[in-house]
Amino acid sequence: MGNSEKNTDRGKALELLYQMLLIRRFEEKSAEMYTKTNIRGFLHLYIGEEAVAVGVMQALTDDDYVLATYREHGHALARGMDPGAIMAEMYGKQEGCSRGRGGSMHLFEGKKLYGGNAIVAGHLSMAVGMALASKKQKKNNLACCFFGEGAAAEGEFHEAMNLAALWQAPVLFVCENNFYAMGTALQYTHSETHLEKKGAAYGIETMAVDGMDVLAVGQAAKEAVEKIRTTGKPFFLVCNTYRFRAHSMFDAELYRDKSEVEEWKKRDPIPRLRDFLMEKKLITEQDVQELEKKVEAEVQKAVDFAEAGTWEPIEELTKFVYSE
Amino acid sequence: MADNKTIKITYREALKQAIREALLGDERVFLMGEDVGRYGGAFAVSKGLLQEFGPDRIMDVPLSESGFTGAGIGAALAGMRPIVEVMTVNFSLLAMDQIVNNAATLLHMSGGQLNVPVVIRMGCGIGRQLAAQHSHSWEPLYAHIPGLIVLSVGTHEDARGMLLSALKSPDPVVIFEYTYMLNMEAEIPAGAGAVDISKAKVRREGKDISIITYGAGVYKSLEAATELAASGIEAEVVDLRVLRPLDETTFLASVGKTHRALVVEEAWRSVGLAAEVSARITEKAFYELDAPVQRLCGVEVPIPYPKHLEDASVPQRGDIVRAVKKMIKP
Repeated sequence: MGNSEKNTDRGKALELLYQMLLIRRFEEKSAEMYTKTNIRGFLHLYIGEEAVAVGVMQALTDDDYVLATYREHGHALARGMDPGAIMAEMYGKQEGCSRGRGGSMHLFEGKKLYGGNAIVAGHLSMAVGMALASKKQKKNNLACCFFGEGAAAEGEFHEAMNLAALWQAPVLFVCENNFYAMGTALQYTHSETHLEKKGAAYGIETMAVDGMDVLAVGQAAKEAVEKIRTTGKPFFLVCNTYRFRAHSMFDAELYRDKSEVEEWKKRDPIPRLRDFLMEKKLITEQDVQELEKKVEAEVQKAVDFAEAGTWEPIEELTKFVYSE
Repeated sequence: MADNKTIKITYREALKQAIREALLGDERVFLMGEDVGRYGGAFAVSKGLLQEFGPDRIMDVPLSESGFTGAGIGAALAGMRPIVEVMTVNFSLLAMDQIVNNAATLLHMSGGQLNVPVVIRMGCGIGRQLAAQHSHSWEPLYAHIPGLIVLSVGTHEDARGMLLSALKSPDPVVIFEYTYMLNMEAEIPAGAGAVDISKAKVRREGKDISIITYGAGVYKSLEAATELAASGIEAEVVDLRVLRPLDETTFLASVGKTHRALVVEEAWRSVGLAAEVSARITEKAFYELDAPVQRLCGVEVPIPYPKHLEDASVPQRGDIVRAVKKMIKP
């Protein structure tokens, strides 16, 4: 833990813990609803990686553009989207944040979240374009783009990094390195496993941070964002993290040892923050219990909202192919 | 009448004037593409525009088709009106993921929240002896994709007007331009500008047969119709122009009048636009037909380099004349 936490006040601390807990419990409930077949298709859980989305979002403003991957429930929640609208989306109901058209992988909400993008690395160059637009429009916002280390092996990653650097576009590239591209480990997919070194080839400043530590991520993101806002140049932030659950609900996890997962669970970002805050006497056991209760109620409310949701009439099937 | 005044213009100049008018008329518009600036455009379409508008609005980009097309989509999402130039359709496959998976899907996938008003222009066509990797007619590939508006610039009038209308669209537009026509001159109205981009157009009226075509087939079909007129056959030429969404009303009406249809396209025969047009005529105007619908399409071969083989790969004026005469027995 760095120095910055000393300044962390109680309210902020509780908020960080609340957000991570909300993501955790929301996704546990999603998995349950998946086994009950209320949620279908692909469901990619973020459990274990919560500190990244929650930490990075602290550094952003409402005016910044945020683009995420198909493992984006955490980003949507940390961006302040309504849990009910997200759950309804996963149910496929028209009250969902994308009217049920997208499902788990395609969460959208107005200016809060530009997806939910399920072609690996496909959204990186879009983020560059959005940042380019901001530059042309002389706005002071930036585009923040989350992606996994799998995406960093795509040509699109290299094209996007080069374009952002060439154009000096205000993009925060956040690599959520969870060490597995689906089931293939980092050492089998990258010739250079210290991913942050890839920034140098484009003259992009980089930093690697412990992605299991929400305070460290928050601090790193804050520094990165300040640099982007003062220089207008892109920044590449690598958050080393770990996915505790399977890649998706279809994954038998043949590619990693249970002992490895257990080892990483010792670094679980939620107990880590909780214990740290209790040790610092910023929060009490009672605070934690109250947070759990609040989260439980919020998740139940989301499920109730989704259950009560309605199906879009089939007559509207071809809506939104073109603007009306 | 002053309105009837025309000017002589090349296809290239018509394209350029449209880009220039768009840049002058809307500060959100910018052009991005390989060699569009300092080089003056691979086909000299944007020559001089960098000097006039500066590097922020005429942006040279690296050879990163997917990257800069994606950036164009992103800029469109964020309120700009980018014109993305993909040098030729051949390279557009490298950008196809962006066009198909992002531009075409975002509106629907977001439940109507995100519009992608990007315009993507590509040079295309056959006839300059550029061999198999630089001579493609992939209009049907893009016309297959719901969410895209696909335009084919078969005439000088459309070269002058289609881009301006495309930039007004809230949805992504792909425009096919035909590089072998760049130096061709034609007369267009002096005040030519934006054109309709929702309808096919009858380019020549006739009563004996409908030749339904697009792109490079338009002038060839018009020339064939002139030749046929000398033999007493009055062919109607329908330029599809908008390949998606297809305007069937116009060509079905034409078939209702002529009772015969020949569909002409340079793209490969199987699973092409001619197949689609033919199917719709069969479904909706079958009892209007005095003869089976016929197709003249590209031969299904990677386009070869030598001129005589290249010419034999796609329908020529003579092929159209012969096909029509075969369909109309004296």
